[in-house]
Amino acid sequence: MSDINQTIRTQVTSDPVVLYMKGTPVFPMCGFSAAVVQILSQTGVKFQTYNVLDDAELRQGLKEFSNWPTFPQLYVDGELVGGCDIVREMYQSGELAQLFEEKAVAKAS
Amino acid sequence: MPVAKDDLERMLKESFPDATVRIDDLAGDGDHYRAVIVSEAFRGKSRIQQHQMVYAALGGRMGGELHALALSTSAPAS
Repeated sequence: MSDINQTIRTQVTSDPVVLYMKGTPVFPMCGFSAAVVQILSQTGVKFQTYNVLDDAELRQGLKEFSNWPTFPQLYVDGELVGGCDIVREMYQSGELAQLFEEKAVAKAS
Repeated sequence: MPVAKDDLERMLKESFPDATVRIDDLAGDGDHYRAVIVSEAFRGKSRIQQHQMVYAALGGRMGGELHALALSTSAPAS
């Protein structure tokens, strides 16, 4: 497994909720990334973020790792949940809260 | 080089011949679209798989020439 794949595998399994985004939660650089940060904040769960604008190799590696060409990318329990559209749909239908409950995701303190 | 709305529709119809496809140009810049696609090909597939099928139909343009594509995919109501 290439280095970058190993790095990604480690990152997505080190925290229950991982968001690869453009920018940071405080300074999102893309509306879609900002939207997912807002949704995660509203669900109150603890989440780890990585800024793909800081690391071109990570950005390209993720596209191949997940077979998903855009950002943000949300991972829960090491699995890709989706980008902005899917996360928003799941949030509105309650599926996201249900998923977090099923995976016993900790709330942000 | 942005993607023209007609090209986007053609690419989707080529990959999903049975589909009904509605495309809204969100920004008028050839870069931000919403596509509502209903096709039998999506039946039984997860949302992620459905969206990955659409991205494959766009031949790698997603995230490059095409910056944003808000997607709503579903199988026809049975």
